[in-house]
Amino acid sequence: MAETITATNGEVLTAKDFATDQEIRWCPGCGDYSILKQVHTILPQLGLKQEDIVFISGIGCSSRFPYYTETFGMHSIHGRATAVASGLKAARPELSVWIVTGDGDGLSIGGNHTIHLLRRNFDMNVLLFNNEIYGLTKGQYSPTSPENKVAKSTPFGSIDHPFNPIALALGADATFVARSMDRDPAHLQNMLLRSYKHHGSSFLEIYQNCNIFNDMAFESYTEKSTKKDEALFMVQGQPLVFGANNEKGIKLDGFKPVIVNLEEGASKDDLWIHDENDMVKANIISRFFDHVDMEGHLPRPFGVFYQTTRPTYEDMMSQQIAQVITAKGEGKLDKLLAGSETWVIE
Amino acid sequence: MALETTTHDLEEAVIKFAGDSGDGMQLTGTQFTTNSALFGNDLGTFPDFPAEIRAPIGTVAGVSGFQLHFGSKEIFTPGDICDVLVVMNSAALKSNIRNIKKGGIIIANTAGFDAKNLKLANMTSNALEDDSLTNYTVIKIDVTRMTREALTDIQLGMKEKDRCKNMFVLGFLYWMFNREMDNTIKFLNDKFGKKPEVLEANLRVLKAGYSYGDTTETFNTRYKVEKAVMPSGTYRSIMGNQATALGLVAASKKSGLPLFLGSYPITPASDILHDLAKYKSFGVKTFQAEDEIAAITSAIGASFGGSLAVTTTSGPGMALKTEALGLATVLEIPLVIINVQRGGPSTGLPTKTEQADLFQAYYGRNGECPIPIVAAQSPSDCFNAVYEACRISVQHMIPVILLTDGYIANGAEPWRFPKESELEEIKIEFAKPMAEGEKFMPYARDEKLSRPWAIPGTKGLEHRIGGLEKQNITGNISYEPENHEFMVKLREEKVERIANYIPEQKIDSGPSKGKLLVLGWGGTYGALKAAVRELNEEGFDIAHAHLRHMRPFPKNLGEILNNYDKVLIPEINNGQLVKIIRDKYFIDAMAYNKIQGLPFFKSELMDKIREILK
Repeated sequence: MAETITATNGEVLTAKDFATDQEIRWCPGCGDYSILKQVHTILPQLGLKQEDIVFISGIGCSSRFPYYTETFGMHSIHGRATAVASGLKAARPELSVWIVTGDGDGLSIGGNHTIHLLRRNFDMNVLLFNNEIYGLTKGQYSPTSPENKVAKSTPFGSIDHPFNPIALALGADATFVARSMDRDPAHLQNMLLRSYKHHGSSFLEIYQNCNIFNDMAFESYTEKSTKKDEALFMVQGQPLVFGANNEKGIKLDGFKPVIVNLEEGASKDDLWIHDENDMVKANIISRFFDHVDMEGHLPRPFGVFYQTTRPTYEDMMSQQIAQVITAKGEGKLDKLLAGSETWVIE
Repeated sequence: MALETTTHDLEEAVIKFAGDSGDGMQLTGTQFTTNSALFGNDLGTFPDFPAEIRAPIGTVAGVSGFQLHFGSKEIFTPGDICDVLVVMNSAALKSNIRNIKKGGIIIANTAGFDAKNLKLANMTSNALEDDSLTNYTVIKIDVTRMTREALTDIQLGMKEKDRCKNMFVLGFLYWMFNREMDNTIKFLNDKFGKKPEVLEANLRVLKAGYSYGDTTETFNTRYKVEKAVMPSGTYRSIMGNQATALGLVAASKKSGLPLFLGSYPITPASDILHDLAKYKSFGVKTFQAEDEIAAITSAIGASFGGSLAVTTTSGPGMALKTEALGLATVLEIPLVIINVQRGGPSTGLPTKTEQADLFQAYYGRNGECPIPIVAAQSPSDCFNAVYEACRISVQHMIPVILLTDGYIANGAEPWRFPKESELEEIKIEFAKPMAEGEKFMPYARDEKLSRPWAIPGTKGLEHRIGGLEKQNITGNISYEPENHEFMVKLREEKVERIANYIPEQKIDSGPSKGKLLVLGWGGTYGALKAAVRELNEEGFDIAHAHLRHMRPFPKNLGEILNNYDKVLIPEINNGQLVKIIRDKYFIDAMAYNKIQGLPFFKSELMDKIREILK
């Protein structure tokens, strides 16, 4: 995937063109560095002019992202990146708009805007960095922290039930829903490209390690020793298999997913074939959300859960305006100001 | 057989139509208004409706009213109290009896005064039968029965027939004021053209109401209010929210900027959203956001992209937008925030007017966050005020708050509307593309201290802005102590410098020096002007000045204030401008306040001024 595409203005861009002169202020070892690198790697491959790209963020560690990316950018206020971006995209549909947000920014204080963005289906890419903690405010539990999480604000463990961001996005009728992780650069790049290529709102949840306040929260999925057994990589048209030698698979027993072992007599032909265009299957697989400590838990899926096409908000907005102009002609201010009834005083 | 009638000439008259929410009083009032305007009267109107869409029928909570003041002389207000009160039921009489002149005429629908209606209105005795209305001329008409009788051979249900009864009243009033009915006949034809029975029913009842006046022996007095002498030109009737929407489209056209409105429905501001949503042929983009915060932040996004970006709201919505106002201030981008004020705090009085959000506009944000403020003074003036707000915002790269209020937003008056060619251009220029190697400075400034508007899609201008404190010129994040103080003062100075680009304050009526200056702002204009003019005619040495620019104030305001022995600041709040004026100019300005969700009456202002000058 390291191809380079010539931008429409004939310039060839590289990842270096997207670095800014600002000193990066994330903690050393933060997962954000990897995400930044993968984004800078894929941006030159999109065939876009640098000045046509905009990154908009809210508040939180992840939201520093625009300062480190040489495009147009706005570091807005807490939770509102999705709303700022919606206005920009409505006004300027031709721009490539990216939203960088986090689990606190996008699912707690800005949860409302996130779901409304997804239902409206603006053609924008939401990169939700999920580290299951509040990092910038130094370590409180977040709306994605698991139950019993001991954090600064929950010394006896959290009693909050967490959001399942993928299920939430599906519930909001998102047209593209995917998950990736900071520690798998190739997968993340692929998901970023898929997000970009999707015409409509793309919701990409990225597991991101906060090595200061929530280190190793995703280690089961990212560490070599456990990754193959705990992470399930979904590939379109392929059976759902995982395990060290891809010896395990998922079979649907009615609507109930069960783990079967291919080395113990199960047939590959009986396995669930991943179909990212199937909403029913997407809803089932989005619920593979058990904690790794749970007996008989299902593996955590990565890849594209669901993709469909639906007209985008900005396209419909422009079409409606064009239709009215075609039907009525361009508005004449003098006529508008006069209204329907006038009288003359001599 | 028509009797001889006498016709009295009146200089002005105030009529109030009051009935249940479902009685069509707003429509009746609007029709009489249009009729008066087309006839050539000057006028002012004031609708007064309940917050509930359908409050229980027949109760005081459900009373909807429409007041119209028209005259052959200049009219500045919808009138203090009415000469004619139309009441469709007991509750309407109960809630409006305070607002009728002694000797005034009450036209009552007797069907609304039966035992059931009296009970619903909590009235122990029927005012039409006892002697509680002896100070008034009471005209009792069983409007419901007359309406039904006019429609005996029409194939409509009783409910639908009863819905025509407002036309009977309208027809009767047209007779009473010697009017032609052409505009209403045309209106009914346009509205019910596709429902011939309904059209026929309404037309028949309208004419029945007129004939009732003409043929019934009891009524032998009619009135005539001659045309007003008004500046020559072409006029239309306009409500404040309509004028605001038109002003935005005009500003968009004359600046060449596409118009974007981010808005969340809220009373009494929603009509601006409704109107702009209709203007798609002007390329207007309206975005009904999921909440007030998304409404303003989407507008910030659109502004970043180079639109004339606007958000409309009322007090509680304004409260939700305050964090984003701070962002727009630090970003230094254009944004017009329109607050159609209503009674507060909290949900307060959604359908009633107030001027109590001036402090909120001045101070209601975290940190040192000055924002320019413009205020509209009458329904038609909303056009000029919003145009000025847009001009300041885009030319100075700054958010601007426009304050209107429920009173002028829903009030109507004749408007000698401008031609497109008469409107001043709003000149703006986006930052130009830059060549390789040049470094763009997003916070470089011109003589106005305004920074470049550098929109995405412009080569070489890639830059990042945000809510963190900025270094001047570069726009880089800076936590330097001296830089913060510098930037706070710079943003303040940027607002103050706008005073160099706005007109000087003028005296609206009265002498340029004297005993008393009445200083007002916003929707109190008409009442203050009417009161001061009348007192001037009585020989009082007083003047009236009305502020358009609330922040910064015009440069000569201090000088004007010092030209009078006393300064009185009447406001529909608990005293806000008065405190700002005292603070800024160290003068002993006097406050006069009314906080009842209602506009000032001319008479109470005159009483107050007389008392001060005693």
